[in-house]
Amino acid sequence: MIQNKKTRTTNSILFVILFVVAVVVLYPLFFILNNSFKGKFFISKDPFSLPTGETFSGLSNYVNGLVKTGLLSAIGWSFFITIVSVLLIILFTSMTAYYITRVKTKVTQALYYMFVFSMIVPFQMVMFTMSSLADTFHLKNPIGMCVLYLGFGAGLSVFMFAGFIKSVPIDIEEASMIDGCTPLQNYFKVVFPILKPTAITVAILNAMWIWNDFLLPYLVIGISTKYKTIPVVVQMLVGSNGNKDMGALMAMLVLSIIPIIIFYLTCQKYIIEGVVAGAVKG
Amino acid sequence: MQLRLQEVFKKGVAGMEKTLKKYFVVFTVPTIIAFAFAFIIPFAQGVYLSFCEFTTVSNAKWVGLKNYILAFSSSQGFTRALLFTVGFTIVCIITINLLAFTLALLLTRKIKGTNIFRTIFFMPNLIGGIVLGYTWQQMINAILYQFETTIVSNAKYGFIGLVVLMNWQMIGYMMIIYIAGLQNVPTDLIEAAKIDGATAWQTLIKVKLPMVMSSVSICMFLTLSNCFKLFDQNKALTNGAPRDKTQMLALNIYDTFYGKTGYEGVGQAKAVMFFIIVAVIGISQLAFTRSKEVEQ
Repeated sequence: MIQNKKTRTTNSILFVILFVVAVVVLYPLFFILNNSFKGKFFISKDPFSLPTGETFSGLSNYVNGLVKTGLLSAIGWSFFITIVSVLLIILFTSMTAYYITRVKTKVTQALYYMFVFSMIVPFQMVMFTMSSLADTFHLKNPIGMCVLYLGFGAGLSVFMFAGFIKSVPIDIEEASMIDGCTPLQNYFKVVFPILKPTAITVAILNAMWIWNDFLLPYLVIGISTKYKTIPVVVQMLVGSNGNKDMGALMAMLVLSIIPIIIFYLTCQKYIIEGVVAGAVKG
Repeated sequence: MQLRLQEVFKKGVAGMEKTLKKYFVVFTVPTIIAFAFAFIIPFAQGVYLSFCEFTTVSNAKWVGLKNYILAFSSSQGFTRALLFTVGFTIVCIITINLLAFTLALLLTRKIKGTNIFRTIFFMPNLIGGIVLGYTWQQMINAILYQFETTIVSNAKYGFIGLVVLMNWQMIGYMMIIYIAGLQNVPTDLIEAAKIDGATAWQTLIKVKLPMVMSSVSICMFLTLSNCFKLFDQNKALTNGAPRDKTQMLALNIYDTFYGKTGYEGVGQAKAVMFFIIVAVIGISQLAFTRSKEVEQ
């Protein structure tokens, strides 16, 4: 009984500590949200107070920011590039992983090791040559970006799919082949459905990375086209002019974070599982 | 009979492999083409160009090791960036893992609200580096403004700012991995320790910690490689200011490539050295995990 009471007191204290940590973690997000509703002069003068009366500026920062930056189109392109790239990655890398796991030749072995090798190469190693190659082959557009993301995502994705396919018993495929299925039918009707849990993990890991990626779209698509993604627009808004509109900046930061938080709160279980699986394997 | 069946089965497997083999193009070529564009060709070109002087890929002139030697001249800032990166990485590995492990311990005690706390702590990990960097830049500057200074005025502020930002972003992620490890510690083991009269601290050090060593090594390497390769947050928070004193390796390479023309070869040589360091970290991780697996 005494023991119980002691545990309860400790747990109450620990709850308070956790609560404080949670407030600290959430504060930066609250900070930009709070300031996005203030007039830009009050942001530097009085950054920590709530917007009231004269400091409250309604949605004018949001309107200002959207007009100046074209963030809406950037949100659109970010969605387009992320979704198409992830679909391409799921489809093609799972097929490749299946092939190189089931057919053992020197070529497939070499391919597998190249995919694994690519995972440890930092982006800076290839950024200059890759963007000039993308220039030569006219990949400086959203579709080209999706092709490049397929190539960059291939390493981790093939690795994860191959790891899972190794554990899938070959008997079921046998049966379907004897029933007269071609390898393609066999793959899409029998194998692919089994890969679903890995496909979700791969989709989440790639979606998070592609959505947030800055350097690849910045170098390949650049800042002078209409295909800018969210991180590129945010960088432009801050990096380009000296006397920046802080109110608009706050509003744009809030708008770029909202889609991620919605995505997180709706698929939280899959995201956390996926990230842990990716960390353990990668 | 058993033997016959096995034989038939073996034939079947071989037959399947044979049929599948003809589908090489359908199954692998789309990935291979994209992989070649994004990785294989640029990587090979990159290695070659690190020994060349060039401004575009097509006007390269072989200069041997000149770029590598130039990279270490003090005006290039490569050594300074390396030292800054190593210092930053060490501080981050220690702080992130200590805090993440502590939070994981607290969240495996069945305190109420555990799920909500876990959700909140993990959230920053999903926000991209550029957006995060500017969010923190605004907040740190708002604080420093009260003392009439900014983050770019002193390299110390930049260093601390980067450490705080990285902690804020990665603690939740590492915490999740530690929680997964702690939940796998068998409860009867902890019960047994309690019956033997172990204090909470002894249970932690002698029972729990050895059981989650694989999580510890995963988290160490993840923080190590994420901090060492950091670019977006560095670019957004300080962009190297003041006078490149808070410039990390990845940003140093980027600035060498795109800062002024004529140094592309040096940038590429730095990138190759950066790659080698990162690869050594990666391979030692692999070797380390393998040796752990054998032990178990």
